Amino acid sequence: MSWMQFGIFGVGDVARDPVTGRMPSEHERIKAVMEYAKLAEEVGLDVFAIGEHHNPPFIPSSPTTMLGYIAARTDKIILSTSTTLITTNDPVKIAEDYAMLQHLADGRVDLIMGRGNTGPVYPWFGQDIRNAIPLAIENYDLLRRLWREDVVDWEGKFRTPLQSFTSTPRPLDGVPPFVWHGSIRSPEIAEQAAYYGDGFLHNNLLWPKKHVQRMVGLYRRRFEHYGHGPADQAIVGLGAQVFMRRNSQDAVREFRTYFDNSAAYGHGPSLEETMNQTALLVGSPQEVIDRTLAFREYAGGDYQRQLFNVDGIGVPRKTVLEQIEMLGEVVQVLRKEFAVGRPAHVPDAPTHASLKAAALAAAAKEV
Amino acid sequence: MKRTIAVISAGLRQPSSTRMLADRLADAVRRELERLGAEADVELIELRDHAHDLVNNLLVGYPSEELERVQEIVLRSDALVAVTPTFSGSYNGIFKMFVDVLDDTALVDKPVLVAATGGTGRHSLVLEHALRPLFSYLRAVVVPTAVFAAPEDWGAGDAAQSSLGRRIDRAAGELAREVDRRDPPTVTDPFEDPTSFERLLGGQ
Repeated sequence: MSWMQFGIFGVGDVARDPVTGRMPSEHERIKAVMEYAKLAEEVGLDVFAIGEHHNPPFIPSSPTTMLGYIAARTDKIILSTSTTLITTNDPVKIAEDYAMLQHLADGRVDLIMGRGNTGPVYPWFGQDIRNAIPLAIENYDLLRRLWREDVVDWEGKFRTPLQSFTSTPRPLDGVPPFVWHGSIRSPEIAEQAAYYGDGFLHNNLLWPKKHVQRMVGLYRRRFEHYGHGPADQAIVGLGAQVFMRRNSQDAVREFRTYFDNSAAYGHGPSLEETMNQTALLVGSPQEVIDRTLAFREYAGGDYQRQLFNVDGIGVPRKTVLEQIEMLGEVVQVLRKEFAVGRPAHVPDAPTHASLKAAALAAAAKEV
Repeated sequence: MKRTIAVISAGLRQPSSTRMLADRLADAVRRELERLGAEADVELIELRDHAHDLVNNLLVGYPSEELERVQEIVLRSDALVAVTPTFSGSYNGIFKMFVDVLDDTALVDKPVLVAATGGTGRHSLVLEHALRPLFSYLRAVVVPTAVFAAPEDWGAGDAAQSSLGRRIDRAAGELAREVDRRDPPTVTDPFEDPTSFERLLGGQ
């Protein structure tokens, strides 16, 4: 397995292709995303992550169904979430669903927790966005216990109490899925990741790089504070969005139409300003390689996971497949280049196998 | 002690009477502070220069580097002088956009002098009906005298003798006294000093 993981992530928005004017159906989009995951494995990527949304124009309301389907059609790729809504989902259901997925995928599962920033979603699930941070904290604390304790008695503020509850199936090999916490700008979430010694992933988009650096810096510092090891052994992940053509100018010209017409980016700062301030990478493969290597600056050093968004904002299926193919080549170079000068004490990206080995070693020590 | 006074002017034309009023208020505040024994730097911010960045900030949720620098000036200033032209009976859009993209605690307990210009003296209550409530909402300390300048104020002969000049001096004196009796603002950085997780778990 790779010491640094590379992969793709997305949120499954259904958007009109601004070039052809064509609107894909939900069915087409869902099936296309499944195809992206399969191709990601074929070109040698390590991770496929899909977000969770409960409102149009997004399709992934049911991530474990999607990931279960992919699990059955792949062998090696790690299935992850970008992100799992720790605020509006019942932590009991997350514990059950992802333990089940973990068994079916033979351990190829981890999660990225997020709060969700879509205000109206909270009341649909009986919650209030003003409680987003307290919900993320209480729900995740319960989730951890459900995976780690066979019988749980629990009482909290946001959910009905549990008496003598056992979440089934129990995690595979008694090893809960690894958890990353994702947040764009909330120091509380960096603090949460640090407290538990979990991973912290910044999507590196939607917020300028200087702030990414501060969020990751806080997480690393507090990881050390809570006694999980030195700051440079914290588990850090970053995102990016990528659009490549062999020739840089072609990439910029082609991508500009999608950018200018997108719900996320359009009519705000220009493509060039956004590329300058965030991890939006548009250009030749070599430019993408160079800029990605420079992310170590935002990550406060060597890091464990790099995810790229390649779909969405109306980019058609054929183009996305081309992007994944090119990403396969880019990642081969990135693996070599990131290895140069990487200190030996920087931990590898966690996997089920590494967590299981660590748990066995810890148990052996106690005997 | 060295103090910093941030002055925002939302005038759109060059030259602008809003900017003229901002400059006169800035001079008067500096003078009043010196009288109280404090040196003062005036940082004048023409919001017009940041118009596109303001729209972009509203759309994407983060400021450009230049706009962020300007927001920092306001955040760290000892006092704010806020001057806007009157549009449709209120502050103009660019003025409100700037306030909207400030952190909602940026002005807490900060002395603020509000001032406005308008095409007729009949607009002068814009200060009491629009500007003062806006800054009260943000928990700023708005000094009692607010300054409105109508076209007739600019044409009333010797400015220092005019009633506009007297109002400027009175407002500047009030602002300087509020600055003088406060320590410089402390800016807490949530990334430097986070709430510990034990407290977060305890529901705080």
